[in-house]
Amino acid sequence: MRTLNRALGIGLMLAGAALAAPTWAQEAAAAAGEAKAAEAKEEGHGEESASDWKHWKAQNVVSNLPSLQRGARNFLGYCVGCHSLKYVRYSRMAEDLDIPLAQLEQMMPPGNKPADYILTSMPAADATAWFGKPPPDLSLMSRARGTDYIYQLFKTYYLDPSKPTGVNNLRLEGVAMPHVLSELEGVKVAKYKEETKKGEDGKPHTERVFEKFELQVPGRLSEGDYDAFVRDTVNFLDYAGEPAQVKRRHLGVFVVLFLIAFTWLAMLLKKEYWKDVH
Amino acid sequence: MADNGVITTDDDVDTSRRKFLTTATVATGVVGAAFVLVPFVSSWKPSERARALGAPTEFDLSKVEAGQMVILTWRKQQIYVVKRTPEMVEALKGHDGRLKDPTSEKSEQPAYAKNELRAIRPDVLVLIGICTHLGCLPKQRFEKAIPELGADWPGGFFCPCHGSRFDLAGRVFDGSPASVNLRIPPYNIAGETLTIGVDETTKGAA
Amino acid sequence: MAPPVTSTAPPMKGFKGWLYDRLPVQNFIETQLTGYYAPKNFNFWYYFGVLSLVALVLQLVTGIFLTMFYKVGEATAFDSVEFIMREVEWGWLIRYLHSSGASFFFIVVYLHMFRAMLYGSYRAPREMLWLFGMAVYLALMAEAFMGYVLPWGNMSFWGAQVIVNLFSTIPAIGPGLVEWIRGDYGIADATLNRFFSLHVVAIPLALILLVVLHLVALRHKGSNNPDGIEIKKKLGADGHPVDGIPFHPYYTVKDLVGVGIFLILLAVVVFFVPTLGGLFLEGPNFEPANPLSTPEHIAPVWYFTPFYAILRAVPDQQTGALLMFLAVAAFIFLPWLDRSPVKSIRYKGWMSKLMLTVFAVSFVALGYLGLQPAEGVYVFWARLFSVLYFAFFILMPFYTRMEQTKPVPERLTYHAHA
Repeated sequence: MRTLNRALGIGLMLAGAALAAPTWAQEAAAAAGEAKAAEAKEEGHGEESASDWKHWKAQNVVSNLPSLQRGARNFLGYCVGCHSLKYVRYSRMAEDLDIPLAQLEQMMPPGNKPADYILTSMPAADATAWFGKPPPDLSLMSRARGTDYIYQLFKTYYLDPSKPTGVNNLRLEGVAMPHVLSELEGVKVAKYKEETKKGEDGKPHTERVFEKFELQVPGRLSEGDYDAFVRDTVNFLDYAGEPAQVKRRHLGVFVVLFLIAFTWLAMLLKKEYWKDVH
Repeated sequence: MADNGVITTDDDVDTSRRKFLTTATVATGVVGAAFVLVPFVSSWKPSERARALGAPTEFDLSKVEAGQMVILTWRKQQIYVVKRTPEMVEALKGHDGRLKDPTSEKSEQPAYAKNELRAIRPDVLVLIGICTHLGCLPKQRFEKAIPELGADWPGGFFCPCHGSRFDLAGRVFDGSPASVNLRIPPYNIAGETLTIGVDETTKGAA
Repeated sequence: MAPPVTSTAPPMKGFKGWLYDRLPVQNFIETQLTGYYAPKNFNFWYYFGVLSLVALVLQLVTGIFLTMFYKVGEATAFDSVEFIMREVEWGWLIRYLHSSGASFFFIVVYLHMFRAMLYGSYRAPREMLWLFGMAVYLALMAEAFMGYVLPWGNMSFWGAQVIVNLFSTIPAIGPGLVEWIRGDYGIADATLNRFFSLHVVAIPLALILLVVLHLVALRHKGSNNPDGIEIKKKLGADGHPVDGIPFHPYYTVKDLVGVGIFLILLAVVVFFVPTLGGLFLEGPNFEPANPLSTPEHIAPVWYFTPFYAILRAVPDQQTGALLMFLAVAAFIFLPWLDRSPVKSIRYKGWMSKLMLTVFAVSFVALGYLGLQPAEGVYVFWARLFSVLYFAFFILMPFYTRMEQTKPVPERLTYHAHA
């Protein structure tokens, strides 16, 4: 009985730690991420990881408010021209991201009121004519495809004169969206190498495999700064997908701890009554 | 002891511990249940969409001529905005004896509208255009001495449903089924801009 | 206001006495709670009946509140779900409780059914209990399927398309039946609207009725137990089974702990991993329904995937659909397939133990395979496990008869709880 009690007590503490752990891990990741980003800013991305692009992770921390604020500014500066966030209100975004009303009014496209939903001014019919399909609403993109996908999309654009937009993308082959951020990133080309692989028939054959990117025309931002720009924007889109998520996780800690305490009491009650049964 | 090994005598049962544990568990459960109720009850509160649509309404007062009334909407209610002429303001005096609530003690209006003219600015009357009897929309009857309303009619509002009468400050006359004056919403006038739904005391929407 | 006096009980005062005179409250407490003697050796597997009831109540309450804000219709449904998630106060919590609750309902129901398979709870004289339970399970599957269509995401649409199309395999009436179910020439607004009505009104009413009948059948014969012994055969001097204990307070108090643990697990999911990596809420469903664009992998939610795997394992669509329906229906026949002289797995022979293990492993494996694309080596394993799944049922009349069983004890095996 005493051992059980001790076990429950330790269990409670471990559970509490385990539940808080994701938040701690996130904070740690945020700190580490910021350290990494700072590093990356100085050195730039390691080119050796480019061929590994499919495993690049966004690793964003949605509770990082300054990052979200930058992401919101990025979105309103570069994305809202074509993409809407039709489930997000400016005022709600300002409230969640701690953006003062005065600053919000500067960021909003003209003609919008704070309570309005974030809509793009591009007419859908024109967009379809220009791009082949209307630029999708991005409110739920991070939930539908994941933040890693969006991160990889913005990091794997390369020059391709055979395409109408002049660019192609490793993550989304034949992407209809032009490289809107090329003024920031610059223009990259994709370098391939010949690799000998064993085919299914056992015979070796050579294949063209992506090796790395090479910057042809530099953009306004360094590689590290552009990476940070993309990460902030992806982080913002993660927030936009589910604005309640930070509050959800925070509240969850208290709920689970309360339930553990209740269950522990119920267990004591049960043990007491079941002494009767032989 | 019963045949199935269940204790039935009270001697071996620690009843006080059982009572304590039962109470503790039930109490925790009740607290938990109260917490669970909160989200469900709160979900009925006006949603963000309702609050956005219920946001303050702005109006340019230069658009309404003296002696005229416009009808606006705020929070799904009709708002009457009347540009009162000096004669209309004059006509507010002298019939306090015929009013049920001449000083608006029992009626509903913000503190700054609890004066004789029931307004911030004498020439701008802002009312919620809903009869305080049973909710019909009163009609404007600004002319004096309209035949159906009597020679001593000073001008005001007449509710067609049950005959309640109000003066040009929305104050209810004796003989009306309504018992209090027409309600006044929170509002603010800055220059020529009237904002319904905010006033000096509320930050943002009322 | 003189309260009535029953033969032995002292007269009750006040409101209690007034109420007890007009409704059989006293009778209910004495016969269903303090006077209902249940076997004292209930173990872990016996929590899941109560937990199923908790899950049902959870879904009903959260479902009622969701219906206050959801707007049915192909133009409004998807938007209204996001409205609930973002603009209704605590809407996100109500939504996640409902979506997670559905998955938890199935976890708990599957474990509840497995208990019956372990201890022969479906055997005589409890066949009606089992049949009502099967009816509840079938109604639950329909309810969950229709519920998933309501958000009108892309998986809602295409999942509905695939499953409804299955009915076209029924000979002769198939194609007409499908059009009748859909109410249109493809999955459309008409389909969504009728699914809404069935999901919100008709099936919940049927579920409640069936659960009540299930409990009535249970009460009539009393519970089975892990030893498969009928405790009513040995009554004590007080007229109660010697191996029974009053349901209240012993099982009310024990089940409370079970409920607590269930709620902890539910809260962990709802607050920390509501999508559970795409198992509880699938990524493609965060995109609106698009009749012109199929998701990369169409898969039903995890609780249907074992049967989905069986469907896809068969190269012919018609036979596949038939086998899938049979895979679900097979459970119905268990009371008559099981010919063992003993009820509980504890006393059955090694063949039953092996086959039940094989069944459980196959069920889980098929569930996993149903989530994968039907290509490559997955096809082989899906076929293998489908064969093993059906073997469990088809061979049962034989191996339950052939095997050597252990002698069943007279009294329940029970070890006092520490």
